[in-house]
Amino acid sequence: MDLEDYRQRARAWLEANAPGDRPEGAPDESGVAAAKAFMAKLYDAGYSGITWPQQWGGQGLTQAEERAFAAEAARFTLPTYVFSIGLGMCGPTLVDLGTDEQRGRFIRPLLRGEEIWCQLFSEPGAGSDVAALQTRATATDGGWVVDGQKVWTSVAQHADWGLLLTRTDVEVPKHKGLTMFVVDMHAPGVTVRPLRDMTGRAHFNEIFFDGVHIPAENLVGQVGDGWSCAVTTLLHERLSISSGVGMGGQKDNPVAFDALRTTVDTGDPVVRDQLVELYVRSRALALFNQRLAQETKAGIFPGARGSAAKLLLAELTMFQADLATSLAGPEAVAHPAEGGYGGGLANAISLAPAMALGGGTNEIMRNIVGERVLNLPPEPRTDKNVPFKDLKTSGGLPS
Amino acid sequence: MKLVLTTEQQELRQAVRGFLAAASPLPAVRAAMESEGGHDPEVYRRINGELGLSGLIVPEEHGGSGAGYAELAVVLEETGAALLPGPFLATTLAAILLRETGDKELLPGIADGTTVATVVLDGNRALNGAEADVVLSIDGDRVRALRGGERTALTTLDPTRRQALVEPGGDVVAASAEGVARARDLFAVAVAAEQLGVLRASLEAIVAYGKVRVAFNRFIGSYQGVKHRLADMHCKLEQAESIVRHAAWAADEAPEELASAAALAQVYVGRACFEVARDSLLLHGGIGFTWEHDAHLFYKRAKADEVLLGPPRIHRARLADLLEL
Ligand SMILES: Cc1cc2nc3c(=O)[nH]c(=O)nc-3n(C[C@H](O)[C@H](O)[C@H](O)COP(=O)(O)OP(=O)(O)OC[C@H]3O[C@@H](n4cnc5c(N)ncnc54)[C@H](O)[C@@H]3O)c2cc1C
Repeated sequence: MDLEDYRQRARAWLEANAPGDRPEGAPDESGVAAAKAFMAKLYDAGYSGITWPQQWGGQGLTQAEERAFAAEAARFTLPTYVFSIGLGMCGPTLVDLGTDEQRGRFIRPLLRGEEIWCQLFSEPGAGSDVAALQTRATATDGGWVVDGQKVWTSVAQHADWGLLLTRTDVEVPKHKGLTMFVVDMHAPGVTVRPLRDMTGRAHFNEIFFDGVHIPAENLVGQVGDGWSCAVTTLLHERLSISSGVGMGGQKDNPVAFDALRTTVDTGDPVVRDQLVELYVRSRALALFNQRLAQETKAGIFPGARGSAAKLLLAELTMFQADLATSLAGPEAVAHPAEGGYGGGLANAISLAPAMALGGGTNEIMRNIVGERVLNLPPEPRTDKNVPFKDLKTSGGLPS
Repeated sequence: MKLVLTTEQQELRQAVRGFLAAASPLPAVRAAMESEGGHDPEVYRRINGELGLSGLIVPEEHGGSGAGYAELAVVLEETGAALLPGPFLATTLAAILLRETGDKELLPGIADGTTVATVVLDGNRALNGAEADVVLSIDGDRVRALRGGERTALTTLDPTRRQALVEPGGDVVAASAEGVARARDLFAVAVAAEQLGVLRASLEAIVAYGKVRVAFNRFIGSYQGVKHRLADMHCKLEQAESIVRHAAWAADEAPEELASAAALAQVYVGRACFEVARDSLLLHGGIGFTWEHDAHLFYKRAKADEVLLGPPRIHRARLADLLEL
């Protein structure tokens, strides 16, 4: 099917099926139930797992269709937030690297929204430098035992499964002693504690692993090969964030151009020009994302250029929330208890930094674009050829 | 919407790029800009003859190849990246105006490369106005053409391309309100395509330098202070290319989207091009400030292009009007 037809059909389906109201970021239990019901409908209509192999329950199409769907979906408000980690990162990693048993067991329930996934990489002492992580997995009879702590884990409070990166060898350099697993978030010894973030809600969590058993068949890739598995996940992460996969959409976003133009006084030439700037930046990024989609369709894989799109999205997110609150003035920072317009703006400016941190900071994105797109020389590294046990650590987070 | 080049367009790009690398590398650009006429007539003859570029968008019935604006954008990106001196852009703007307003008389001479033409811009300036055979001016809905008339060469910031004060007027050669309006938008797209090339070449130059220049026992490109700026410049390139492809596509296939796509192209690409050329120059260090180094040529072309069609604020104001803000 021609991409334009595909887009039209997607739009028609969304018009008929997208729920109207904007979900308030992190949902509660009833919100999760509603989200699961919506995902089942989305799956049955063929819009979940658009690029995923048909054999495992996907549609077998390309990123072009996925981005086309995401572009249409951006005009609506979809309750897909709790699935975004599974759809954007964990699932694609299993499709690429999982065993057939793993794909057969996990992919379809993920795509139908029956099971929620989280990504367990970051730790108190390892974020940007995720290969510095310390959570240990030790081989035992029939599997592994895991001890350690993860942090900033989005949607873990609702998750059934986690994609877990662990250290299995401290005698070798840091990138060589890592191993990836699928972990059952309901297994004994897993403790999930929601963390209240700057929005006042809990988007992410801290997770403790105390002697958690993982069966051998849940190993992803090879023992000691966790870093290259993680790189696969992170590549998917940046591409999915930039292309808006599983994102809520802009429809009712009070700080996006379409909303702002109706609420601010464009008779003021300064305001008018600021809106032009917002339009220009929004449109520039939208066209870049569409170009990446078309290139993918033509067989050119975007690779690390997805990090450029992710960086631009982080900057745009901050810019529009900043602009909208500045244009509104005092109303943005003091609003009636029921929220209203000012509440929406306060939420936007509170949420804005998330995009510049989650999925890798802006600095890390710039390193990636510099080194993997422009092929600039890497920074000198002192941590690459030293056994992990001899390296400096951060000593955790300040309390 | 088409944002990716077709195989034919990629071949066109390779042909023009290869030709310019051989026939008009930067040392030749310098020689040309310091010459009496400001460009190498032999190179100009060959791009029109061998490559047929002056006739690229001229309809076939007038002796051209009837290509679209997407193809023209590919070519202008290359001539921009090469800082090609001479009246190619001037004649191209004239060809756009004549094609859109339905001229029959002048197009054949442009297509076969025998007529050098230009268009009067604000303040009676015209690119390559001193050397053009024909000066076109827009008078309401009408296009007038004058051979001869008074020409006064101007001293230009950008040494690689000349401008002159010219006399508007002459005989009416075509008339079309719609054609004139479209042509103005297409000028914006054409200049943006050239700017994309200038941007790309400026970035490529500093990325290459970052890999060879050493300071404090490290390649400068390994310092984040440099690397992160280059990454930001790359982001601008990605967005600029997307915007130019979109505008060129709109020119060919979605006339209702052309005006806003063209205004967007000037607002975004004009600024991005100057910023990247500026940062490229700065990141070269002292050598970047010398006359011998090429960085200033890109910097000056970028500034000249940014204001070629008027002060940048007019594009922002036009975009605001089109968005009904
Ligand atoms: C909303 C949100 C959701 C998240 N969800 C998840 C999740 O689901 N799963 C998960 O595993 N993680 C998640 N994260 C964690 C996220 O990936 C990390 O916070 C991020 O990678 C930064 O790591 P850090 O917090 O340890 O900061 P640090 O790495 O300590 O960074 C501190 C500062 O140092 C800078 N810095 C570090 N290294 C370099 C360098 N080489 N060059 C230049 N500057 C550098 C950083 O850019 C930053 O400004 C989430 C984070 C947020 C905010």
